[in-house]
Amino acid sequence: MAAHAGGLTATDAPARGAVVVRDLVRAYGERTVLDHLDLGLAPGEFVAILGRSGSGKSTLLRALAGLDHDVDGSGEVVVPDQVSVVFQDSRLLPWARVLDNVVLGLDGPQADARAAGRAALVEVGLAGRERAWPNELSGGEQQRVSLARSLVRSPRLLLADEPFGALDALTRTRMHALLRDLLTRHGPTVLMVTHDVDEAIVLADRVVVLDAGRIALERRIDLAEPRDGSDPSFARIRSELLDALGVDRKDTTA
Amino acid sequence: MSALVAQRAGVFATTPRAAATVALPDARPSGVRLGLGRPVPFAAAVGVTLLLVLWTAGSAIGFIDPRVLSAPWTVVTTGAELVADGRLGEHLTVSLTRAALGLVTGTAAGVVLALVAGLSRVGDAVLDGPIQVKRAIPSLALLPLLILWFGIGEEMKVITIALGVFVPVYLHTHNGLRAIDSRYVELAETVRLSRWQFVARVVLPGALPGFLLGLRFAVTGSMLALVVVEQVNATAGIGYMMELARTYGQTEIILVGLVVYGVLGYSADLAVRLLQRRTLAWRRTLEG
Ligand SMILES: Nc1ncnc2c1ncn2[C@@H]1O[C@H](COP(=O)(O)OP(=O)(O)O)[C@@H](O)[C@H]1O
Ligand SMILES: [Mg+2]
Repeated sequence: MAAHAGGLTATDAPARGAVVVRDLVRAYGERTVLDHLDLGLAPGEFVAILGRSGSGKSTLLRALAGLDHDVDGSGEVVVPDQVSVVFQDSRLLPWARVLDNVVLGLDGPQADARAAGRAALVEVGLAGRERAWPNELSGGEQQRVSLARSLVRSPRLLLADEPFGALDALTRTRMHALLRDLLTRHGPTVLMVTHDVDEAIVLADRVVVLDAGRIALERRIDLAEPRDGSDPSFARIRSELLDALGVDRKDTTA
Repeated sequence: MSALVAQRAGVFATTPRAAATVALPDARPSGVRLGLGRPVPFAAAVGVTLLLVLWTAGSAIGFIDPRVLSAPWTVVTTGAELVADGRLGEHLTVSLTRAALGLVTGTAAGVVLALVAGLSRVGDAVLDGPIQVKRAIPSLALLPLLILWFGIGEEMKVITIALGVFVPVYLHTHNGLRAIDSRYVELAETVRLSRWQFVARVVLPGALPGFLLGLRFAVTGSMLALVVVEQVNATAGIGYMMELARTYGQTEIILVGLVVYGVLGYSADLAVRLLQRRTLAWRRTLEG
């Protein structure tokens, strides 16, 4: 883990919540999915990853989460100590009640953990549902529980793989507001995969477009809040990103 | 008054309260319903009661010959006599002890083996093969060998029952373990569960439905083994009582024995199903 020129150094990065990905290669058999990828995230930065299906977004996220034990590859990944992952499916244990899901694996005295879990449920607007079974919740509520489970661990880095992909448009908009609110309070670095260009522009500080395991485009989003899809500069960024994604915009009506 | 009600109904037609006080039309398109309907009250007792009614009626009108099948009241009075002179209690205690010992040791062995084989590749490689071979041989076929090894005492009887019990418990628990979604394993890794926490929070609850199914088969299996070992070389127990009654041609005692076996097996199954319902409350299935 030698120190490296160019802004962030690997050694002090984790403490501050930064992420360094250097020369990352991941391959399934003959198929190279991540091809010498370099990416850095500053502490507290929100980076959204866009890319066509199969471009390696999930593979990158799994590499950062340390979930790719059996995948061949090389390169360097430096992440903070405390990493939380939000999956597309809320991935709640169906046999554990909501609060038990939130505090799953939390260290320390159980009473403290449960108090923190309750507070996290209040934060995501699910006070009073502690004893519900995951089955009894709507998709949006399940995903809020999963957010609470992630945030109660005070992560330095939040990894999210299409966290709102399975939700309807209205619920998704509500979740955006909730997520932004939570992030301002907890301030983790965020890497979020999405297939929704507008979602990326609304939420992220920077958007990275992945193509065939390489970065095809990086775009800083410096729009004022609240970001509005009808704003002309928003629209300009959207077409730029769609171009990078190789979408022929004459075919895609809104 | 009725005008008032109608007026209120008109005003509050959209509130559920108004719907409750006045019979509003409830016309719905008829659709196919594939899930089960509402639960039948006392569902567990309906079929059994029906059988009892048929038996009683058949004996009362003389349709059933008492030499073939004693009347229910004869069975009841014989049962009462057997209880009164302490014989039934004595035999029942012996049988229950055998069944319970066999069930407990067999279940424990099945769970432990399933955990070892289910959680480690080496364990699987070593254990699963022999157990599948054992599974292909009915436990009762092992009886001659078991008698040679352990004699004709209680030890042999309990071991025979345990051998019949551990196979279904092992199979279904192992199956349940292996069927746990790998996504939950991934989750456990991201929240950094220790191996022990992983077993307690993910593996055991995840395998519980399989285990309980195995336990239901095990209970039935233990009854089967009990009946057989009690009719071979026994000197006490419900099965011995029935064997003795056969030599004297006492159908009613044989029936008392059958009823006791039936009640035992049925209540054990009921107990496991109750356990299933209570511990699997999180599941949403056809049972609702
Ligand atoms: N476990 C796996 N085994 C083999 N190939 C895989 C596996 N996981 C993903 N891939 C392949 O790697 C490529 C990138 O997958 P992924 O990172 O999931 O893409 P996405 O950008 O859609 O998330 C795809 O072509 C996919 O087929
Ligand atoms: Mg993906």
